[in-house]
Amino acid sequence: MIVIVDYKLGNIRSVENAFRKAGAKVSVSSSASDILSADGLVVPGVGAFKKATENLKELNIYDTILNSIKSQKPYLGICLGFQMLFTESSEYGKTSGFDIFPGKVEKFERDVKIPHMGWNSVSYLNDSPMFEGIPEGNYFYFDHSYYVIPSEGSVVAGTTDYGNEFVSAVCAGSIWGAQFHPEKSADIGLEIIRNFSKYAG
Amino acid sequence: MLAKRIIPCMDIKDGRIVKGVEFKNLKDAGDPVEAAKKYSDEGADELVFLDITASSDRRKTQIELVRRTSEEVFIPYTVGGGIKTVKDINQLLRAGADKVSVNTAAVQNPGLISKGAEEFGSQCIVCAIDAKKDSGSGRWQVYIYGGREPVGLDALEWAKKVQKLGAGEILLTSMDADGTQDGYDIELTRVISEGVNIPVIASGGAGNLKHLADALKEGKADAVLAASIFHYGTYTIKETKEYLKKQGIPVRL
Repeated sequence: MIVIVDYKLGNIRSVENAFRKAGAKVSVSSSASDILSADGLVVPGVGAFKKATENLKELNIYDTILNSIKSQKPYLGICLGFQMLFTESSEYGKTSGFDIFPGKVEKFERDVKIPHMGWNSVSYLNDSPMFEGIPEGNYFYFDHSYYVIPSEGSVVAGTTDYGNEFVSAVCAGSIWGAQFHPEKSADIGLEIIRNFSKYAG
Repeated sequence: MLAKRIIPCMDIKDGRIVKGVEFKNLKDAGDPVEAAKKYSDEGADELVFLDITASSDRRKTQIELVRRTSEEVFIPYTVGGGIKTVKDINQLLRAGADKVSVNTAAVQNPGLISKGAEEFGSQCIVCAIDAKKDSGSGRWQVYIYGGREPVGLDALEWAKKVQKLGAGEILLTSMDADGTQDGYDIELTRVISEGVNIPVIASGGAGNLKHLADALKEGKADAVLAASIFHYGTYTIKETKEYLKKQGIPVRL
């Protein structure tokens, strides 16, 4: 069973529906015991960084998730759930993340419209299982104002050009993360969800 | 490179798509979820549902629509119409909407934008602006209540303000062009798009594919919204995108 972590913010149903559409066994939960017994965890993307970590702490599942990631339970972070893997974010004041990967999350400061909103392509940096079966150059749906700056590049699976290149996907063993929204990226996105479900299953 | 977005817009009344001429003679035009699925399969980049239901049951029909759409449609969609509170926003997002569009309530209570952005992130707060040119000053005035009431706000100033408050995007409708099929108001679109640093969706007036290209190129819009040209089957999404690509506009094909 894959558990989508509900931290009581924003749109979670789309993620659930995308996993169902992809044929995965999935449930939505905020309980520590469900998280502990899950075969894989998905932390989805809508919400602001600070509020999201506050909610995870209030629900008493922040440490449960952190420990699950550390114990190599398959993890897919989408947008905010991807950004939370890094050391800290500057969104609405400095907020600490899970610090699985050293690096920070910063606001786009470049000569482009912000948020980076719409469909953009991802260049692959290696043969990650995340993009298996998806030809390079396909478009994914993005919607974010903050982006990750990893301190070391080995975990980076994909980059995207928006003014400059930024890191749009990581894949390091059991830890997967996407800045874009696979659940909103039509058939191509469902393919990523299938890949993760297969890996976690 | 970020692609320009093509967005079909559906007017919803009591859970059904309606079409009308100048907001009168509304006719049933089908099930929104089926239409949304069709547009999504054809390659639409995003969808907008604008609920024009007047009754107090509006939120119930909106939530039901959002819930059904999220089970079938795997591209982003925005829901607008009668959203007044942060609770309204949360309900719609939790039902499966990716973004909400606020208009009248945001003019009356700008805190709705800032509170919504702080809670759910700017990326899901779309501010709709209905603007009409004032022949005297040559500037554009903001109207609310579906274009019925001017509020004495300059459209550019208001656009800058909603950006500051945390809106992630502006859905800009020219009331002068809306329904004419004579083309978008390019001047208005460019003034707003160049005046803010958040994406601007051009709306109102699309009659042919050149109009879309003009709004994206000369109007500097980030996305174009259209209703009739898609609903009446004048153009498919695919042929629209193929045309725009030939004009050198980046699109997702």
